[in-house]
Formats: sequence, C-alpha cells, structure tokens
Amino acid sequence: MSTSPRWDESEIIEFVSLVAGGQSYCLEITQIREIRRWSSVTPLPYSERSVLGVMNLRGAVIPIIDLSEKLSLGPTDPTERHVIIVVANKDRTIGLLVDSVSEILTVKGEAIRETPNVKGESSIKAISGLLSIEEEMSRVIDLGALLPGHQDEAA
Amino acid sequence: MTVAILAIDDSRTIREMVSRTLTGAGFDVTTANDGAEGVEAFATRRFDAVVTDINMPRLDGFGVIEAIRGGDTNRRVPILVLTTESGPALKDRARKAGATGWIVKPFEDRAFVDVLNRVTGRD
Amino acid sequence: MSESLRDMFFAECEDLLDALSEGLARMGEGTQDGETVNAIFRAVHSIKGAAGAFGLEAIVGFAHSYETVLDRVRSGELEPDAETLRTIIRSSDVLSDLVDAARNDRDDTPEAMGPLLEALTALSAASAHAAPARPAGEAAVFEPMAAMPIAILPIEGQEARFAIDFTPERSLFDNGHDPARLLKALGALGRLDLLCDTAAIPVLGTFDPEEPFLSWRMVLEGDIAEGEIRNVFSFVEGLCRLSVIRLDDDAPAPFDVCAEAPRIAAEEAKPDPVPVPPMPGPDDPGEPGATAARSTPSASAPPPSAAPPAGANSAARPTLRVDPERVDRLINTVGELIINQAVISQRLAALGAEPNSEIMGDLDDYRHLARDIQEGVMAIRAQPVKPLFQRMGRIIREASEALGKDVVMVTEGEGTEVDKTVVERLADPLTHMVRNAVDHGIESIADRRAAGKPDQGTVRLLAAHRSGHVHIEISDDGGGLHRERIFQTAVDKGLIPPDAKLTESEIDNLLFLPGFSTASKISKLSGRGVGMDVVKTAITSLGGRVTIASRPGAGSTFSITLPLTLAVLDGMIVTVAGQTMVLPLHSILETIRPNTRDVRPLGAEGHVLSIRGSYVPIISLAHVLGLSDEPFDPQSCIFVLIRTEGSSPVSLAVDSISDQRQVVIKSLEGNYGTIPGISAATILGDGKIALIVDTDTVVVLAAQNPSIQMFRNKDESHEHLAALG
Repeated sequence: MSTSPRWDESEIIEFVSLVAGGQSYCLEITQIREIRRWSSVTPLPYSERSVLGVMNLRGAVIPIIDLSEKLSLGPTDPTERHVIIVVANKDRTIGLLVDSVSEILTVKGEAIRETPNVKGESSIKAISGLLSIEEEMSRVIDLGALLPGHQDEAA
Repeated sequence: MTVAILAIDDSRTIREMVSRTLTGAGFDVTTANDGAEGVEAFATRRFDAVVTDINMPRLDGFGVIEAIRGGDTNRRVPILVLTTESGPALKDRARKAGATGWIVKPFEDRAFVDVLNRVTGRD
Repeated sequence: MSESLRDMFFAECEDLLDALSEGLARMGEGTQDGETVNAIFRAVHSIKGAAGAFGLEAIVGFAHSYETVLDRVRSGELEPDAETLRTIIRSSDVLSDLVDAARNDRDDTPEAMGPLLEALTALSAASAHAAPARPAGEAAVFEPMAAMPIAILPIEGQEARFAIDFTPERSLFDNGHDPARLLKALGALGRLDLLCDTAAIPVLGTFDPEEPFLSWRMVLEGDIAEGEIRNVFSFVEGLCRLSVIRLDDDAPAPFDVCAEAPRIAAEEAKPDPVPVPPMPGPDDPGEPGATAARSTPSASAPPPSAAPPAGANSAARPTLRVDPERVDRLINTVGELIINQAVISQRLAALGAEPNSEIMGDLDDYRHLARDIQEGVMAIRAQPVKPLFQRMGRIIREASEALGKDVVMVTEGEGTEVDKTVVERLADPLTHMVRNAVDHGIESIADRRAAGKPDQGTVRLLAAHRSGHVHIEISDDGGGLHRERIFQTAVDKGLIPPDAKLTESEIDNLLFLPGFSTASKISKLSGRGVGMDVVKTAITSLGGRVTIASRPGAGSTFSITLPLTLAVLDGMIVTVAGQTMVLPLHSILETIRPNTRDVRPLGAEGHVLSIRGSYVPIISLAHVLGLSDEPFDPQSCIFVLIRTEGSSPVSLAVDSISDQRQVVIKSLEGNYGTIPGISAATILGDGKIALIVDTDTVVVLAAQNPSIQMFRNKDESHEHLAALG
C-alpha cells in the first residue's frame, strides 16, 4: 500500500482522533477551532438530514452537522455526552457532532496510507488517508471534500 | 539630528509611498493632502525639505513653491517637485518658479533618498 | 495591520473614478465650471501618476492620451462638442476597465480602447497644427520614465582629474540650493581640493546679504566621469556659472587649497532687508499678494489663485479613513449591547420587577443610549448613493448605444445616504434593472415617434429616505409592461394555470417568479442568465422589498424599499411549532386572534380567514417551513396579517406572539447558505438562535405548493425546492 500523496513523507502532522458512528476518524489539528459539549440547536427548514441546525458560538451563527449521518453511517441521537468539534473549512465555520474525541496523534507523513478504492462507497471520497494506531485504523477526514465551500458550490 | 520633510501630494497612494520610503530611511515625514494644506503645514514648523506634487486641488505645486519662496520663513528651503512628466518645459517652469529639483514618478527608493540626503545635507 | 500600497492604490482609483464620472456627468448636463474640468483632469492625472508607480503601463499610456485631451479642454484650447464629449466619457469607461483589469491581474485590453486612443490622439494632435495657444504644458510632453533623471552612471576604474569653477548666482539660493551641499556631493565623488574666492565681497557698508559674492575653484580627482560631476550640478543648471574641464594627468593644480568653510552666503544671510510682500494666508491662497510675491513671474504658470469657487463640492472636506473592519466590530459590539439589554430586561421581569418601576425606567434609558450609539455607528457606514447612480449612467450609455436607442439618465436624491453594504450589494440588482429599463422599457426610436414621444427616452433614478427606510426608484418613460405577454409567458412556463385570474399588479409581479425570465426571450443585453427573481432575491436578502407599477404607454417604475441598516430589524417574536421565530415588523399589517367562525376551510386542505367582509388565504408557517408533521389546526392559531408583493394580504398562522422588539441580524449565508423562507437569524436574550422569516418567499412557497402537506416529509420537500431553484 502506498503512502497518501497529500502529505510529504517527512512532514510531521498532528491529528485529533475522534469517534463518529462508532468508527474511528481523525482531523488535522490545524483545522479545529474548538471543542465543546453538545447543546440544543435551532433546526433549519429545508436542510439536508445531516444538518441538525444552527447554534450560537459567541455571537456567530454556525451550522451543526451530524458527522455520522454525513458519512452515511446513520443518524446520531445527540445527548449531553456528545461533542461538537468546531472546524474552519475555507470560508466557513462549522460544528461537527461526534460521539467523542479521544487524543492528539503526532504522525509522520509516511505513516499515512492512501485510501484504497472500495466499490460502491461514495462516502470514502471524504477520507484522504488511513492511519494505523495500535491495531486500530483511523480515517483521516478531508474537510474540503466533506463540506464544499461557497466557491465549490458556485462552480 | 532628525531631518524633517514635508511631502505634499493629493494622491493618497503616492503620499503613503513617499512617507514609507522616507520614514524608512530615517526622515521625519509630515504629509499634506493638497497645496493649501501643504503651505499651512509649512508655517507650523521648520522643515529641512519639501517634496511636492504639481497637479493638486486648491493650490498646485507651482503655487506651493511661490508661497514658500515668497514667504518670510525658511523661504530657501529645498523644494523638490515630484512629477509624472519630465519634459524640459516642465523643468524649466519649475526651476523658474523656484524649485530646487525634480523627481520623476515612479521613483526608485534609493535614488529618492539619495536626492533628499543631498539637498538636506544629511549624511 | 497596514493596508498594502497596492490595495490603497485601487481604493484611491475607485474614489478618483467616482470623481471623474461625477465631473463628466456635470459636463454632460452642461453645469460644469472651471473647477469641474480641473477636477476631471486631476483625477485622470492622479490615476496615471500612481499607476506609473506600480508599473501599470497600460493605464499610464491610456491615461496619458486621455489627460492630454482633458488638458486641452481645461486650458480652453479645445471646446468640447458632442462628439468630443462622448469620446471623453467613453474614455472614462475604458480607464475604469483598465483599472479593473489591473486589479484582477489581467492584461487584456478593453475592446473600445483602440478606437478611443485614435480618437484621443486625433483630439490632441489637432493642437499641433493649430497655433500653440499656450506654451507647451507639462502634460503635452511625456517620456515613460525608467527611473530618476539623476541616475548615477557606473564608471569603470578610470582615474581622472577635473578642474571645476563654480560661481553661484542669486537664483541658486532662491531655489533652495546650498553650495555647501553641492560641494559635499562633489567631495563624495573623489578627492576634492577647493579654493573659495572671497574677492568679490564688498565692504560692509554696501553689503547686500541677498547677493552671493563667493565662488569656488576646485580640483577633483578619482574614478570619476564628467557626467557624474554634471549630475551633481544638474539641479542648478542655469542658476550658476559652471565650468568643468578634464585635466591632463601631469597638469599642475590650478590653485592652492583654501580650507575656508564656504557657507557664508547660504544660510547666514539674514535678516532679510528686502521688503517682501506678505505671504498669502494659508486659508486664502487667492489673495493677490501671492502673485505679487513671485520672484520670477512666468507666463505659463497658472495664477496661484486656483482655489475652487465657493460651493464647489469637490473641495476637500476633512475626513477620517477607518478600516471598515473596525466599524463592523463596533457595530457587532453595539448589537451585543442591545441583546444584553434584552437579557437584563427579561431577567428583571422574571424577578418580578414592575414595568414602571425605577429600575425598569433606568433600563429604558440604557436602551435609548444603546440605540443612540447604534445610530451613530451606523452613520459611519453610511454613504451617498451618488457613485452607485453614476455607475448606472455608464450602464445606460452602453446599453443604449448597443441597442441604437437614445436614452438619458436623470437622477434625484443622489445625496441620500445608505449603509455601505447596501450600496455595494445594490450594484448588481440595480444594474440589471437599469439595463432592463433601457432594453425592454424604452421603445425603439421608431416606436417612440409613432407614439408621439420624443426620440430620447429617460430613465430616472431616485433615492430618498421615507419613514425610516431607504426608497429607491428606477423608472422609464417607455411602453410599460406587456401584461398579456407576461401572463402568457408565465402560463407557458407552467408558473400559473392558464385560467388563473390575476390582478394587474399580480401579473406584473410574475416577473419576479423564479424561472420566469429564461432563455427564450432574452436579448443580448439583459440576458446573462439572470432574471428579475435574482434581483428580488438580492433585495430581499438586504431585508428590502421591490414592487412594480406600470402604465401601458407611459412606462414602468420599480420601487425598492430597504431598511436603513442591515444590522438590526424591528421584529415580532412568535412561536411556530415550538420554535421561536422573528417576523419583520415592516411586513406586518395586523395581528388577529379570530373567532372560530372566522376561519373557513376552502378546498381539501386550504383555509381562509374572514376579515371585515373579505377572505384572506391562510398559510401555516409551521407547515410551509416543514417544521410540523401534525395536521394543521387553524383553530389553535393566532394570525399575522402580512402585506405581499401583489396587492392582497395573506395571513400567517403561528402558535403565539410573545414580543415586539429590535433584533440584531446575523447572516446565515456566511457559514451555511440561503434557506427558502428564511432571511437571516438572530440571537435572543437567552443565547438561543431564532430564525427571521422572509415573509415574501413564504408566500411564494405556499403559492407554488397549494397543498402544504407536501412539506411534511422533510427530505422530499428539500428535493422539491431544489427543483424549483
């Protein structure tokens, strides 16, 4: 299996590992603005199923997306124990609802494997690489592919 | 000793450019937005040199030179004309009006600073 | 954070282009004065000057030709006829395009540039053959400058000796030169030996301190070229007697060294015994004394009394340039302050404070102060609509030219101030409407003649403040809307059933339906794939409304009403399917708590509300917005009567009404996108988010889906709307 072309082999990258829909994922730490507990949101009309609604983040209105649903792993029933990861993606700030956040991983670029093509799985477009962590496999989320920005939509 | 320069130009961009260049070279720069403001500023303190544009509202560069040369304070201050054109006619006219020298826009930072060093006698 | 010079340049270009088009508009109207042409010339000249500093050759080149012609107009040498004026105006468009291209790092040249350059050249060349009405002005001579005129030439190791004789004349001192500095500059070139000749100094009794008496004889040695020496004296040419002679290597030095400091005549020559007329006061550059004080009168110099005539509004008003981000931050903070006031008010009420208690009175003062601050901050962002209107002038020119029509723009109330963001975001919809007015509104010249109208059509732009709102009108004196054609188009596109009974106003408003103006009847101008629905969306997103009035044969008027500010909204707080939402107060006519018998079913699922003898359709907000799966029970609702785009009002059913107050608008578009039926959001006193309802789209949504039950399934409704979009 080849390494993921996205990172240089010698590059040191920090990830935050998390669990969504029962699976292990990770996000580059530089994309994360903050992590907070779930609190109730205001639902939006005519939104996709994965959009839970909007919440107030220090005066800004940010949409909250159910990561599990977005990855086609089924809806999450949010409770006090769930966590929202606030991420900055291009020109938008968005909250991702996940089951939990576990740890910070420091890895070298060469340790990230390229995502193999799995037939019939469209959601893996949002996985930019795979990481092995003590027998476990963690999937690196490609925010740009998961949440297209304004420009992408306009195009 | 700091050397004080009065820069007069109605273009915000040129003003800022002159100001950044000269301040960076250690001059103490005061700016004015047009000729009338420039003459007003000139009366407030002693300047070691004046850099002025020609085409400006209210009072043009020739007017500035005449006001300073015809005034009774510091009237022999070096005055440099900062212009886009460099025709001999302009130079002649500027000289007749009493300009010390002229600098053509776009100016090269180093050369600009050199000229000011020269006319102000700064080392 | 300091603004980059490049950004500053383009911001300045905007201002200058605005000033340019303002001046040109006056010339077009024939209301210019001397200062108008001066200001026009200066705007072009300043753009050229600064563009040169950035190496933007295309702009410099064009601006130069442009400016040359303007200079001729300014000097009275060229009396602009209609054709010349057209060239001058179109040149401003090209200049604007060039600036735009440079800003976007494009190097394409506007199509119109070639022919215009020829026209400009012809206009400026005319002077070459005519008698020179004035001495060659500076603008007539142009050399693209590589660098300074005093470039220092590099010299290869060539040892040389020069004898230099230098005798300053009085004018040298008058022009601000100091021999000591020149000598110092010479000294920097090589080894300098110098002798100061003091023989000409007279006895003290006849000494005139204004006269120079000293001269210098020097020998300069080193790796020096004669050009370098000439260079040092380049500024004083004609202000002194100078001779520079290259000496043979073995020639003896022509004099002995004199180390006397040669400063005597330069700065110590005071006091000044020569009576000099008083300097004109700085506030009054036009005082005749200024002219009298000129030491060297020059025929070509303009009188220094070039002060603008009184009342010329181009005179600089002292202004403050502020980073817009700082203002936005302030606006946000004030917004928070108002929310904070609402929180405190709620808390106090919860603690049992009486509405007319002292503390509530104090809180009321607090609210007033907060509003005052808010208004003050908003005023910082306010800008006149004038530049926007001026841009429309260009659109009209281009459109009428392309269509072979003769259309003039008339503006009114262009000093009306509107929030900066509103001005910016109005540009596109206004452009579209103005183009439409020229294209579809104004008839062809033949048709106008047939109708007994003047050949020249008029598009009128009006801006005014009316009852706390900004009112903008775009009207034309064209043929008015073709209602039958609009109706037929809407039927053809399946937007309305063929047997629909619509009022005139309702037909007019069909123009705003998404999908109305599509490919079939798009002309090359108004087309561009956007219809009036986009105009409407843009205006709605600004919290505004747009309506049409049209009279066959007499023309059409599009009226836009906008809030004064984008930051706050007067809203009614309601509950819909358990959620708090905000209805904009400006669209509300009244609220009604009906009797059971006032609500009547109509059709399978529809309901109407009987008010004072008329029947008004009921729309369940919860169902239209897909917030409720329950069957609609009109009996448990409160109704909010809202005005709509057409004439007839509609009643929105909500669960309850809790309050009426100002809310701070938070855009959803930045982080999310547009939502049908929702214009924005706000943050309530408890920190929760409430959505602000866009009543106009709600009505459209309901009208397009007579069976509101369709919205029950969330995902289905989403697909449905996507298909509509």
